[in-house]
Amino acid sequence: MPRVIFVASNGARREVSEAAGASAMTAARINDVSGIEAECAGALSCGTCHVYVAPEFASLLPPPSEEEEGMLEFVAAERRVGSRLSCQIVLTDELDGLTLEIPETQT
Amino acid sequence: MLLASEKYLQISSGFIAWRAGAALVRLSEAERKFEEVAVRTDEPVVIVGAGHAGFQLAASLRQSGYEERIALINNEPHLPYQRPPLSKGFLEGNGDPQAVFFRPESFFRDYRIDLVEDHVVEIDRMTRKTSFQSTRSLNYRHLVMATGARNRLLRMPNAGHDDVRYLRSLADSEAIRERLENAKQVVVIGAGFVGLEFAATAAAKGIAVDIVELAPRIMARVVSPVVSGYFQARHEGAGCCIHSARSVSAIETANGRLQCVILDDGRKLPADLLIVGIGVVPNVELAMAAGLPSQDGIVVDQHLATVDPNISAIGDCALFSSHRYKSPLRLQSVSNAVDQAKCLAARLTGKIRPFDSLPWFWSDQGNDKLQIAGLIDSYEDIVVRGDPDQNSFSVFCYGDGILRGVESVNRVGDHMAARRLLAACTTVDPDKAANLSFDLKTAL
Ligand SMILES: Cc1cc2nc3c(=O)[nH]c(=O)nc-3n(C[C@H](O)[C@H](O)[C@H](O)COP(=O)(O)OP(=O)(O)OC[C@H]3O[C@@H](n4cnc5c(N)ncnc54)[C@H](O)[C@@H]3O)c2cc1C
Ligand code: FES
Repeated sequence: MPRVIFVASNGARREVSEAAGASAMTAARINDVSGIEAECAGALSCGTCHVYVAPEFASLLPPPSEEEEGMLEFVAAERRVGSRLSCQIVLTDELDGLTLEIPETQT
Repeated sequence: MLLASEKYLQISSGFIAWRAGAALVRLSEAERKFEEVAVRTDEPVVIVGAGHAGFQLAASLRQSGYEERIALINNEPHLPYQRPPLSKGFLEGNGDPQAVFFRPESFFRDYRIDLVEDHVVEIDRMTRKTSFQSTRSLNYRHLVMATGARNRLLRMPNAGHDDVRYLRSLADSEAIRERLENAKQVVVIGAGFVGLEFAATAAAKGIAVDIVELAPRIMARVVSPVVSGYFQARHEGAGCCIHSARSVSAIETANGRLQCVILDDGRKLPADLLIVGIGVVPNVELAMAAGLPSQDGIVVDQHLATVDPNISAIGDCALFSSHRYKSPLRLQSVSNAVDQAKCLAARLTGKIRPFDSLPWFWSDQGNDKLQIAGLIDSYEDIVVRGDPDQNSFSVFCYGDGILRGVESVNRVGDHMAARRLLAACTTVDPDKAANLSFDLKTAL
C-alpha cells in the first residue's frame, strides 16, 4: 500500500497508507486528514481538494486533464507550480511516499 | 396521478417572504438566548438528521472552535455518507461504502460529535426536548432541523412491488446495484437528474433502458432547452429510449415478478426493474407538529432561523428567505447543504451573516459533466459558448439583460468562472460570452 504524506499549512505532517487505485483525496478522507474539503466527493466539480505536490513527485504524475486545469485556475488558495486536485491523483505503488501540502484554505 | 420530474433546484412560489426587519429582531433574540443557555447548561446542540447538511454543520461547528456538546442524530444504519455517488459511481463500481462515508468513525470520537443512532419523533419547544423512537430523550440548547427530503411515491396498483425501486439512500443504491446484475430491461419514471444518472449507468452496463417523462422534454424545470436537447441526444445515443410527454397508466406483474409498464398511449414497455424518480418531498412533519411554520419546507429567515429562536433549519428541508434572490427558495443540492451548514455554524459561534451563497450544482450522466451556476429559472435570452456537436459548451442565461445563470457541459473552467462572476453579481456582455477567444477571467 503506497504511503502518502500530507503536510498541513502549519507544517504538521501526517503519513497514511492507502490501497493503490484510491485517489489521494479518498486517502485523506478515509484516514481523517483534515483540510481537504472535497465537497463533490471527487466529481471534479468543486475545486475544494486542492494540494501542492512536492517537486520530486511532480514528474511521476500524469499531467492534469484540460478540465482539471480549468478548475485549478479558480481554486481559493494561491495556485503554484505543484498545484493539483487531489481527487484526480490516483495512488500507485510507484508514488509511495507522495508528499502533498494542503493549502491554508479550500473555499 | 401526480408525476413531476426530479428536481434539486426547486423554487417555491406563492409564499410571502419574511420582512427583513422582523427577521433581524428574531435573530438577535436567537443569538442572546443561545448565549444565555450556553453559559447555564451543558445541553448539546442537537442536529436532527446526519445527511450532508447535518454532518457538515457538526464538522463546521468544531472547525469554528465550538467546544460544547454536539449530538448528531442519525436514523440510518451507516456512518454519515454522501448521496451523489449513489446514482453514479457507487452503482457501477465495487460499491465499497468506504467510498461514500464522509469520515471514519474515529472522526466523530476525536471531534466529540455524539453520533446518536435514533429517530426523532417529537420536539417539545417549551421544555426544549427532543424525544426519540427508542423512548430516550435529549434536551437541547439549540435544535437544528436537517431532516432532508424523501422520495415522492408513485401511487397506483403494484407500485409497492419489490421490483419497483426508489433511489435516495445507501440501502436503496445497494439493493438496486444487486438487481442490475440480472436486469435485462429497466424502465425509469421521471427524467430528472437522479433518473437520468441511473439510466446512463444502466445503459453503460448494456441493459435496455426506457425513460418515461411527463414533461415535453427531459430535466424540463431545471435546465434550458439547449441542455435538455443535448442530453436527450446523448442518452438516446447510448441506447436509452425516451418517452416524453407520457405518463404511466399501469404496472403489470405476473408470477410475483414485474412484467411491464403500460403508458397512457397504451404502449407496453417490458421491464424487470422499475426505478421511480418523480421528485421528493421535504421532511417537515416533525417541525410542523412542533408548531413551526412549514409548507414546501420548514420556513426560515435569511439567517436560517425558524420562528423559534432556539431552532434553525438547513439543507433540503429548509425553505429559506433568499437574500440573493429576494424570494423564498428551497434548494436540493450539495452546495446548498454545505453552504447553509457553514453559515449556521458561523452564526452559532457569533459570526452572524445572512445566507447568500450562489447556488451551484453538478450532475454526471454517462461521460458528460453538467454543471449549473445560479438558477436557470428567470431568463429570456440565451447565448451558447462552444459547440454542442463537440460535446463542450456553456449556455449563458440572461434576464433583463443581466447574467442569471450558466449551464456548462464538459466546460469546467467556464463553470468555475461563472460561479465567480455570478457570486459577484457581475454580468458579461452576451457577445463576449459567445466568443470562445474571450477569456472569461478577464470579466472578473
Ligand atoms: C441519488 C442522489 C444523487 C444526488 N446527486 C447530486 C449531485 O450530483 N449533486 C448535488 O449537488 N446534489 C445531489 N444530490 C442531492 C444532495 O444529495 C442533497 O441535496 C443533500 O444530500 C441534502 O442534504 P440534507 O442533509 O439536507 O438531506 P439528506 O442528505 O437527505 O439527509 C437528511 C437525513 O435526515 C434523516 N432524518 C429525517 N428525519 C429524521 C428524524 N426525524 N430523525 C432523525 N433523522 C432524520 C434522513 O434519514 C437523512 O439521513 C443527490 C441526491 C440523491 C438522492
Ligand atoms: S473533490 Fe471536488 S474537485 Fe476534487
